[in-house]
Amino acid sequence: MLLSRTLKEELIKYLFFCVAAVSIFIIFFIFFFLFQEALPAFQEMGWGIFSTKWNASNGPYGIGAAIFGTLIVTLGAMLIAIPLGILGAIFLSELAPHRLRIILKPIIELLAGVPSIVYGFIGIVLIVRYLQPSFDMLSGYSFLAGSLILGVMALPIIISMSDDAMKAVPRSYKEASLALGATKWETIKKVTIPSSISGISAAVVLGIGRAIGETMAVSLVLGNVMKIPLPPWDMFETTGTTLTSLIVNDMGEATGLHVNALFAGAVILFVIVAIMSISSNILQERVEKKFRGG
Amino acid sequence: MTSKNKIKMDIRNLNLWYDKSQALYDITVPVLENKVTAIIGPSGCGKSTLIRCLNRMNDIINKCRIEGSVIMDDVDIYEKKTDVVEIRKKVGMVFQKPNPFPKSIYENIAYGCRIAGIRNKKKLDEIVENSLKEAALWDEVSDRLDDSAMGFSGGQQQRLCIARALAINPDVVLMDEPCSALDPIATAKIEELIRELVKNYTVVIVTHNMQQAARVSNYTAYMYLGKLIEYGGTKQIFENPKEESTENYITGRFG
Repeated sequence: MLLSRTLKEELIKYLFFCVAAVSIFIIFFIFFFLFQEALPAFQEMGWGIFSTKWNASNGPYGIGAAIFGTLIVTLGAMLIAIPLGILGAIFLSELAPHRLRIILKPIIELLAGVPSIVYGFIGIVLIVRYLQPSFDMLSGYSFLAGSLILGVMALPIIISMSDDAMKAVPRSYKEASLALGATKWETIKKVTIPSSISGISAAVVLGIGRAIGETMAVSLVLGNVMKIPLPPWDMFETTGTTLTSLIVNDMGEATGLHVNALFAGAVILFVIVAIMSISSNILQERVEKKFRGG
Repeated sequence: MTSKNKIKMDIRNLNLWYDKSQALYDITVPVLENKVTAIIGPSGCGKSTLIRCLNRMNDIINKCRIEGSVIMDDVDIYEKKTDVVEIRKKVGMVFQKPNPFPKSIYENIAYGCRIAGIRNKKKLDEIVENSLKEAALWDEVSDRLDDSAMGFSGGQQQRLCIARALAINPDVVLMDEPCSALDPIATAKIEELIRELVKNYTVVIVTHNMQQAARVSNYTAYMYLGKLIEYGGTKQIFENPKEESTENYITGRFG
């Protein structure tokens, strides 16, 4: 006997609702667990959690150095990845001959899928060994190495997504600009990029998101020392750690409050990413509004 | 009126290939100064391709190869040393679908001037106002210059695109089926505008609407399968065509 069509329709609706509800439930469960496990550390340490006083065996557990490390490595990665990524995307979408483009684009997309451990390994055997003698460092393990690796890792996402955004700009805009006597570069600068700015910023945020959350590659090349570089202008040269590499390195042997402190690190990481994604949304809306002149 | 029959752009033996397929065959046709020249013909006959040759818009198309010459003011625009940017400043273009930038009315019109290096705000204001007046749009938008162009109707957008093309003070205005996306009232406004424009500019219009060609143009070129079949005064082409193909097309037997 066939179900009536309306009943079937209803059932399918509930099925999809259940599937969606499960994924939301899982995410809430993770949030809850994360905050619950982090709570003792915040209660015990108070604001001291942001300090740089860290003693792995019996406290205190101030994770300030790791927060600082995360911010510095991310900043360094952005300095490398944003300009290179956007310029690369401009080349790929607007300037590269068609034949080159159809070869380059899949290769770049493939790079995004390379496991991070591979980047980390290359970082150790190539970048770290090159940096140490070249910049006369104590060891090549450094924020600079971490930034370089993360910058390169963020590049494929930024290039590929920005390229898609620029390719999506209607050809008629570009033609209108060229027909008014604009050169190719003027057209890119004044029409193509402004028209695709929301896609480009989404690409940048996603790229940076990857940089902030990345664990393996950074942890291999950073040296994993819970210290803030002094003097500050040495920051790229010194070893350090990030929130993610702190967690991955300490998780195995941590007990008691130490575990809670690591969870607190995860919460802070979560908050940083949330702030970034919200502010990028706000920025994007503002840019779009301004651009549409409404 | 010495310029009565002066040739503004002279297309000579123009051949064009997209990759290996030839789209234009040995086209030779004049564009007379301060006249409206219409290019008509059935879809795919190469009329849009031909008009795009006049401001070298085909340059941006991959694998497009052109032979022959287009002489404007004693210069071959296809000569190697000719600067394509300079050509496009002299030969403005209006496209089939209205394509204003997603910017304000003011910025749309100021765009070309800014590119050309005009920064003076007062001068820009003046150009924007004059261009909008020339395109018969000023009265409708004068109090909304900072509104986004995307919020206006298709006909207004198309007149904005005409104003934008006029703002850089070209000699020639190319129009590639400028009314095909518009309703009859907006079309009538654009046609009236074209008759007005021709006092100061040379106009070339591609259209698949024969009545439109008959209404607005002084000279008509009929194309078929990439070849120029017939060229002459509009009246003669429509009332007394020499070629059978022209007559068949005009009387609606095909196309």
